[in-house]
Parts: sequence; structure tokens; C-alpha cells
Amino acid sequence: MQDLGIQVLFQGRNFIRLWEGLWVTLRIAVISMAFSVLLGFFLGMVMTMHNRAVRCITRLYLETVRILPQLVLLFLVYFGAAKHLGINMSGETAAIIVFTFWGTAEMGDLVRGALIATPRHQYESAGGLGMNTLQTYFYVIIPQTIRRLLPPAVNLLTRMIKTTSLVVLIGVVEVVKVGKQIIDASRYQTPTAALWIYGVIFIMYFIVCYPFSRLSLWLEKKYEI
Amino acid sequence: MNEVLQVKHLTKSYEKDEPVLKDINFNLQKGEVVVIVGPSGCGKSTFLRCLNLLEPIDEGSIVLGGETIGRKDKNVHQHRQKIGMVFQSYELFPHLSIINNILLAPVKVQKRDRKEAEREALALLERVGLSDKKDAFPRQLSGGQKQRVAIVRALIMNPEVLLLDEITAALDPEMVREVLQVVLKLAQEGMTMAIVTHEMEFAKAVADRVMFMDQGVIVEENTAKEFFAYPKTERAKQFLNTFHYEALEI
Repeated sequence: MQDLGIQVLFQGRNFIRLWEGLWVTLRIAVISMAFSVLLGFFLGMVMTMHNRAVRCITRLYLETVRILPQLVLLFLVYFGAAKHLGINMSGETAAIIVFTFWGTAEMGDLVRGALIATPRHQYESAGGLGMNTLQTYFYVIIPQTIRRLLPPAVNLLTRMIKTTSLVVLIGVVEVVKVGKQIIDASRYQTPTAALWIYGVIFIMYFIVCYPFSRLSLWLEKKYEI
Repeated sequence: MNEVLQVKHLTKSYEKDEPVLKDINFNLQKGEVVVIVGPSGCGKSTFLRCLNLLEPIDEGSIVLGGETIGRKDKNVHQHRQKIGMVFQSYELFPHLSIINNILLAPVKVQKRDRKEAEREALALLERVGLSDKKDAFPRQLSGGQKQRVAIVRALIMNPEVLLLDEITAALDPEMVREVLQVVLKLAQEGMTMAIVTHEMEFAKAVADRVMFMDQGVIVEENTAKEFFAYPKTERAKQFLNTFHYEALEI
């Protein structure tokens, strides 16, 4: 009888390598998300301004990011920078730049929505109590905004984790790529390995993303306003 | 005379040449309760919002305790602390518990000692019958309860004058009473107030003076007794009649 494909997983360092690959995935997603949150907050505040030019530019940015596939962006940054600017960055750096570029736009839009969703009277009653603009934002508006934002932001993070599988194409060895390497290496001894390895990767993604998606649900309930 | 608030020749328009307030003159003595009544859109809410410096004014002046105040003043935030305001939609801060809603401004803005402020907050909550709700969140309270908390939140700043803008308009009839009783009690204790309301019975009970506004001007001003019993102008009579259904002939 032929060996079960799952055995491949326990040959040598294969299983550990998969986790290492997942770590690369997570690192890219989490670092990009951290930048996106910071920049997105700033962008969101700018987007609520009434200046037409500002609105036009931010709108254009948001739409561009949404229309372009992330893959195109990755190629543009990774190969474009190397060819035209002579900058040789690592695939991971390029990935973080692209995901931050994307995440900032999405996050900015979320922040804008959350800020607009805060009723005008909230600003007024804070002002009526003698708070200045800074105090109003710090004690009243931002805490509410964060509560509104947390669930969709966590959602964005899980989307980002999943989308990182694209970075394979600019040479970053993350979890899917490691899986592919393992499958290729054992193609002749264990032809069924593919199913097993991808199955394990599926479960690994699930293990990472499921808690986030639960967290998002839980936050939504907890901070219901 | 002990004048807390003086308004001289106040004019305000949202759009050009369409003034919502025209040449309003208004005085408020210490301990006096003035109720402002009038049909919807007559400018009474805008007037209160101007007093609290929420709306810029076009002409005229607002004098608080002898000092002319305006939105552009450097110490506009200090002025506002002296003018408490309660809105129709209560606007408690949804992310804070009741006690923190009340304490936010005294502790963070007035820099008062939290312990001392908390004692006062609890005493005020007791007075409005809500001391058991101090750790609840706004979403757990009924409209009437929220509005009483909003009043406490304004009171703890020790304002020189309290502005109430249709504070019962969004409430169920049964809750109106519990809120208005709190206001009546405040009036008896000598709180200076300017109140906009549609509750005529309440106006009768609480007001020292009634100001009737229509289309941005003060049409009639009188003591509460006189105004409700013997309105002088035709417009005021008309307005008061709309509250008497038996007067309608079908």
C-alpha cells in the first residue's frame, strides 16, 4: 500500500517550515496593518474635511487602490522600483509597502465613515461642557470612533492575511510557497501529498483567521452603541 | 438689578437676507426662569444655540455677567462652562458609564479632584432619583432617565445659567413628567434658566416670564400668569388656541 500523503508533513523539518512560512505571512500582514492604522487614521480625518481639492485627491487615491488588483501593485512596486529607480528592495519590503498603500486607503475610508457616523450633537454637547477641540476629540469622539472601527478593522486584517498569499509571485517564501516546495520535493514518492499539504495550510489559515473573525464579532456585540 | 445674561440687538441668519432672528433684546435676572414658546421654526432653538455660542451671530452682543462674549473669544471654553445646555436628544456619551459621563467635564476640563466631584455627582444623581444607575451605560437607560442624567451633567459644572432646548420633545408622555419635575425643583431652588418647550402646562408652572416668538422676533413678553390668561397679541392668542382642541369646530 502506498504511504499516506500526510506522512510528508512529518519528514524532516517540513511541518516547522510551514509554520515559518505562516510567520512570514503574518509578519507582512501585521506590520502593514500597523502602518495602515496609523496612516489611515490621519487619512480618515483629512477625508472629512470640506475642502474640494482634498476630497477629490483622497477619493481618487481610494478608487485607484480599489480598482487595481493587489497583484498589479505588487509588480509595479517590486519590479518598477528595481527597473526605473534602481532600488532593489526585498520582496517582503515591497509587499509591506503595497499592503500599507492598500490598507491605508481602506482604513482611511473606515475612519471617515466612523467619524461621520458620530452625531453632530456629540461635538456640541462636548463643546457645551466647555471642552476645547482637542479635548472633544480625545475624550469623546475618538473613543467612539475606535469602538465603531474595531470590528471592520479586524476584518480588514484577516483579508490582508489571506491576500498575502500573492507575495509568492514576487519571490517571498511564505506559507503557500513552502507548501508548494514540500509537494514538489515529494512528488515521486508521495503523489498524494498535494492534497494533504494544502489541507494543512487551509487549517493553518483557519487557525489564524478564525480567532480574529470571532474577535470582530465579539467586539461588535460588546461595543454596540 | 442682578443681570446674569443680557442680549442686545441680536440678529442671525443662516442664509443671506433670510434672518431667523431679528433684533432680539433679552435679559435674564439671577434666579429667573424664562420660558420661550412659539411655533416650530420661529427661531427659539436657534436663539438658545446662539446664547451657548454654538451658532455665530451676525449682529448684536451677548453679555454674560458683565462681560461680552463671542464664539471667537480665546476663552470661549470658559464662557461655555458658565452656560449649561441640555439638548432634545440628550446626547450622553455612549462609550462612558453614567458616572463617567457626569465626571468627564469637571475632572478633565475644570481639573477638579475626582473624589470630590464624584461626591457631588452622586448627590445630584440622588436628587434626580438615579443613584442606582451610576455604573450603567446610556443605552441601558430610558429616554427620561437619560435626560435627567444630561441635566445632572450640565449642573455639575455649576453653570450660572441653564439652557434647556425642548428637552422633553423626544420623550414618551409618561417620561415627560419625571424630567419636568426635576426642572421645577431646580426653578424652586433658584436656578437661572431659559427654557424652550412645547409643554404649555409646564411653562405655566415653571415660568416667571414667558417670551413668545414668531418668525424671528419677540412678539410678546409677559409674566406667565398674564400671558396664558390674557395674551395681548392676536398671534399669541392664535398660537395658544392650537393647544385647545375643544375650541375646534368641525
